[in-house]
Amino acid sequence: MITTNTDFTLAVEDLTVSFDGFKAVDSLNLYVDKNELHVVIGPNGAGKTTVLDLICGKTKSTSGSIKFLNKELTKLSEHEIVREGVGRKFQTPSIYENLSVLENLEVSYPYGRGVLGSLMFKRTEKVLHKIHEIAKEIMLYDQLEVEAGLLSHGQKQWLEIGMLLIQDPQLLMLDEPVAGMSVKEREQTAELLNKISKGRSVLVIEHDMEFVERIADKVTVLHQGKILAAGYMKDVQKDPNVIEVYLGH
Amino acid sequence: MGGYTYNELGSIFAMQGFAGISLFSVLLLMALGLAIIFGQMGVINMAHGEFMAVGAYMTYLLATITEQYFPSFMPYYFIFAIIVAFFVAGFLGYLAEFALIRHLYKRPLDTLLATWGLSLIMQQSFRSIFGAREVSPTLPEWLLGSYQPIETIDIPLNGMFVLALTAVVTLGVFYLLHKSSWGLQVRATTQNRLMSGAVGINTKKVDRYTFALGCGIAGIAGAAFTTIASTGPTTGTLYIVDTFMVVVFGGAASLLGTIASAFSIAQAQSILEFFISGSMAKVYTLLALVLILMFKPEGLFASKVRR
Amino acid sequence: MTFVYQKLMGGKNGLTGFIILAALILVVFPMFLDSFRLNLLGKYLTYAFAAVSLVLLWGYSGTLSLGQGIFFGLGGYAMAMFLKLEASSPENTAIQSTPGIPDFMDWNQITSLPWFWEPFNSFTFTLIAILVVPAVFAYLIGAAMFKRRVGGVYFAIITQVIAVILTVLIVGQQGFTGGINGITDLRTLNGWDITSDSAKNIFYYINCFLLLGVIIVSRYILTSKFGSLLLAMRDKEDRVRFSGYDVANFKIFIFCLAAVISAIGGAMFTLQVGFMSPSFVGIVPSIEMVIFAAVGGRMSLIGAVYGTLLINFGKTAFSESFPEVWLFLMGGLFIAVVMFFPHGLAGLWQDYGHHITNKFSFIINGFNKLKAPLIRKKVGEVK
Repeated sequence: MITTNTDFTLAVEDLTVSFDGFKAVDSLNLYVDKNELHVVIGPNGAGKTTVLDLICGKTKSTSGSIKFLNKELTKLSEHEIVREGVGRKFQTPSIYENLSVLENLEVSYPYGRGVLGSLMFKRTEKVLHKIHEIAKEIMLYDQLEVEAGLLSHGQKQWLEIGMLLIQDPQLLMLDEPVAGMSVKEREQTAELLNKISKGRSVLVIEHDMEFVERIADKVTVLHQGKILAAGYMKDVQKDPNVIEVYLGH
Repeated sequence: MGGYTYNELGSIFAMQGFAGISLFSVLLLMALGLAIIFGQMGVINMAHGEFMAVGAYMTYLLATITEQYFPSFMPYYFIFAIIVAFFVAGFLGYLAEFALIRHLYKRPLDTLLATWGLSLIMQQSFRSIFGAREVSPTLPEWLLGSYQPIETIDIPLNGMFVLALTAVVTLGVFYLLHKSSWGLQVRATTQNRLMSGAVGINTKKVDRYTFALGCGIAGIAGAAFTTIASTGPTTGTLYIVDTFMVVVFGGAASLLGTIASAFSIAQAQSILEFFISGSMAKVYTLLALVLILMFKPEGLFASKVRR
Repeated sequence: MTFVYQKLMGGKNGLTGFIILAALILVVFPMFLDSFRLNLLGKYLTYAFAAVSLVLLWGYSGTLSLGQGIFFGLGGYAMAMFLKLEASSPENTAIQSTPGIPDFMDWNQITSLPWFWEPFNSFTFTLIAILVVPAVFAYLIGAAMFKRRVGGVYFAIITQVIAVILTVLIVGQQGFTGGINGITDLRTLNGWDITSDSAKNIFYYINCFLLLGVIIVSRYILTSKFGSLLLAMRDKEDRVRFSGYDVANFKIFIFCLAAVISAIGGAMFTLQVGFMSPSFVGIVPSIEMVIFAAVGGRMSLIGAVYGTLLINFGKTAFSESFPEVWLFLMGGLFIAVVMFFPHGLAGLWQDYGHHITNKFSFIINGFNKLKAPLIRKKVGEVK
């Protein structure tokens, strides 16, 4: 195991997780810079979601290290990792259907996270201001009072992104953010992602190549838990290994 | 230890051990049906004890009828009663699944409450039909008395019968679930309902028959139970908590786990009973179970299945 | 003022509901019910504590506890122990082989007061014990289970088992606890005769105020961020965890709160009814408390109170005339609530109540229209 002190926001080194002998992720190395939008692509079953699971603490790794701003994440619990500044968006929109958009954002507001804190939490001007700000960014300003369960699929995805943004994470991880979206919504989402990657690092898992081209700074291709290729989008696209895996089936 | 000879102590341990085995077989018989329903289907059936009581009451009914109209049939009715108990309880289970359970599959807590309601209704039905007092079927000759291999060891015959019955039923269930094609359908449906439906398994029918089977086995347990104690409207509630503990402790999903669990719980309780009062023995056993479950919520004997 | 309005009362609807309930139990019922029936009402209102606790625990947090009887009993027994010690003064128990200890201990050949009874000589200790012991108990159970992510059905079954353990313990150790008959023959509280009608009246009002207080505190919790979190945790626990919350802590807190609330109910029960027994601790009473909340409305604090009253008065009414029918009805209620009206009466009221209130407002509007010309004349301007 390499232990390095890095300037990267996220430094994944030699990460392995095996389930009963099956290596879902095998000696993975991944580095994400500040202001970088990094996309992980690969065929189904390549281990992409597992990588996110490992970083946010949902799954425990078998070996390897995950350093976020030089802090080792593998020893922390899920909510501790979140408080360090890592936000994760799930593949299916994971929002609170019974609460309004405003309440969804309020619950995600990074203050009053303990039992006592949440009892004392007041919806101050500052909080409301922040909620409105985020709501405008995710294009849901007019839907603040709407029950989240009634939003369209795309809007739910944006709400979830908003719930992460309001915590001002240094690393934002999105799992297939445009799945199920219309063409127009994809455009809007691409704009949104490009905007929010300023000042933080964004790690995206995606399938839609066109969308990836529009947003990616760097790309990593995963295949059967290992890295197949990594680098700038245009270089990776030309890589013969990648072409074979994607077209060869 | 107070005036017993070694021989006598040995005999006491043998009989206590057998009492433990007897308790084990009753627990296992009750838990088998519930293990199928809870373990395989994820359904909490709080009325399981009442289905057991159905079996017991059927046995009583048959005993009374045989005594009155076919007295010469007496030695044979019991086997017949077991079969009747199975089918009647199973049929009622089938109805219950159709009317109630199938609407509540995704809501385990609601199933818990609804089946508790069912158990209340069943209890009251027993009371209305059979009366509030406890009843007991007249047992055939060959079940009475005991077996004395040596002078100091007294093994009750009904205990041995229950043990044998449990073995037969357990083997039957095991064979059914793991070796028959129907059992394969059940296991497939439990593990992946969507896919099972997609490959043509009638999952609704499988559910219905599985639930009915679980209730039927409870019926057999009830019939066996009549050899040990009398039956009243609330008899079902006496054992429901124990049964659930056996299933949960054993890891719900595994038949072998249920067996191991029933065995350890029964032995623990019997051995404890020898040294301390009955109620404290139960308290300590249950307490130990709860503590172990708090540390290993999936059950002590759970198989390593990644859900 | 907005604070009180919004946070403690839950807005206009909440305020109306609260006022109606308060008026009913504080004014209307005492006016029309005789002493006996009022005492009965008081008894049922103690069960309501447990039902309200379940609204917080089950309705909002999604944690079904089939063992609230445990805490009801802990509170009730604490109060009973104090009262029993007072009733077992050496003068009152002079005929016992060992005077100065409770009668059931004497019957069981116990010759000195067990150590854990001693502190209950003090009323202050008893009051503290009623609040602290259930909370500690709940904390231990809650921490062990919620930190290990045990929830749902497993949690429910384990609470059931613990209820059984406690019941068996109480019944089995009759020398220490009074056994299956419980602790009875309670007479005075610090010299004041609790069996008198006037005492029972006073306890009734104390009970009402405590219940209304509990509702207010619960309202505050539910309208705060904590309340939104409970709903969030109930529906999407993972998401809450991934928003930086330690979910277990929240669940433990609510479980402890629910325990304390139920315990207060238990203590008030002992005071009003004059005894406590294991028949209020086990699985049957515990699951009945769930049905009170379910019928009244598991998401409605006030609904839970009405649910409790409805079922208990129904039980009394039916038990007199048609005892067999009652169990059928109860069983049917369990099934009906789960299948057809999961939000209980409160839910039905929310969905269909406006039909009734519309008719009322129609009448009121009509009435207003008649009044209007008079008002205009008086005020001299059009409002």
